[in-house]
Amino acid sequence: MPIKSVDNDPEKARRFRELALPHLDDVYTLARYLLRDAADADDAVQECFLRALKHFHTYQGPAIKPWLFAILRNVCHAEYARRASAPATGADELPETTEQAPIWREAQETPEAQIVKQHDAGTIRRLIAALAEPFRETFVLREIENLSYREIADVAEVPVGTVMSRLARARAMLRSAWLAEQEPKK
Amino acid sequence: MTCDEAEILLHALLDGELDAGHAREVEAHLATCAKCAAAARDYREMKKAVAQGGLRYTAPPELRRRIEASLPQAEVPTRRAVLRGFAMGSAVSAIAASGLFAVVLRSDDEARIQAEIVSAHLRSLQAGHLTDVVSTDQHTVKPWFNGRIDVAPPVVDLGPQGFALIGGRLDYVDGRPVAAVIYRRRQHMINLFVAQAANTEPRAARMETVQGFNIRRWSERGLNYWAVSDLAKDELANFGERFEAATRAAG
Repeated sequence: MPIKSVDNDPEKARRFRELALPHLDDVYTLARYLLRDAADADDAVQECFLRALKHFHTYQGPAIKPWLFAILRNVCHAEYARRASAPATGADELPETTEQAPIWREAQETPEAQIVKQHDAGTIRRLIAALAEPFRETFVLREIENLSYREIADVAEVPVGTVMSRLARARAMLRSAWLAEQEPKK
Repeated sequence: MTCDEAEILLHALLDGELDAGHAREVEAHLATCAKCAAAARDYREMKKAVAQGGLRYTAPPELRRRIEASLPQAEVPTRRAVLRGFAMGSAVSAIAASGLFAVVLRSDDEARIQAEIVSAHLRSLQAGHLTDVVSTDQHTVKPWFNGRIDVAPPVVDLGPQGFALIGGRLDYVDGRPVAAVIYRRRQHMINLFVAQAANTEPRAARMETVQGFNIRRWSERGLNYWAVSDLAKDELANFGERFEAATRAAG
């Protein structure tokens, strides 16, 4: 594969800058939600842009955001695999950030979890982070990255029907957690 | 419609993804089913909170810097590359027009644009393509740009000050169409490039030298200006000052 010529084509690099770089924050946001770790997100985003440049000739448009997300998703899955094969080796890795199962009640760590009517960003982020991966991914792509169902289906490589059922499930779980947050603790 | 069906389709309704026929069915169900209606109310509230929640992250500057550094450096594009960039169409133009591009690339933007300015100036001096509209009359040159470009460049008569108006031209810099107004001082051509600025903040004039050409750059009233010429710096500065004074006087 003529990678060298691709990487060294200044016009291609210029196009890539113009098209892809404006979406850096979008990609970074998705990486934070998928990996739930700032340092891992950094690495994944950098790897994503390297791969995106390398494979830029395969990009056919029209929207580049879903294309970048699909690449990031592949990078993140490699990261999941790495974590699975080497669990809890990172000294600075919080154990609960690698939990996959949504455990709502245990997620409420604040000692005085009183009536929280006003949901601040931190609370909502925590609730989203507790969702299992496919639901979290679908929810973030829809609600935070504003992708259409069709685009989400392309990124996640599933039928649109699956996107719809995942989204319904994600919102139902979030709703339960949300209502639990609003109720005073018994 | 059953609750099971509504439970799924309700979300498509909230997301504006449902066709009109199904939307009516879901709405009819919500009107009669308190349980689903309550769910819909909660989901609406959640959507609102998520949309307003500031849930996006911003890439750390260090990460942005690393990624930019890993990309091949943009070189001065050839005429062909500039034209190809333009022919590429609306996606890039839209991004460029949105100002995102300018924000992302601010650090190395200016040097690259100045290199393009010089390239455009050189091109204009070759092959008789200095002007698309030839006129010494500002009232002919200025309206020529109408409908050809999204800016209305000020065209002023500086003949009495020793800078003769030659005409106007459409050019491409930074992948975007820009207006070029051409003046002449003795045998020296001045290309004054005018493009829409990302914001309306005025910027004081700066003089730079690129490949032996002097560039005087300033911003005023939402427009970016680059005057480029092989004129000496003091004469080009003189041109810029008189141009600025004349546009201010004109309104």
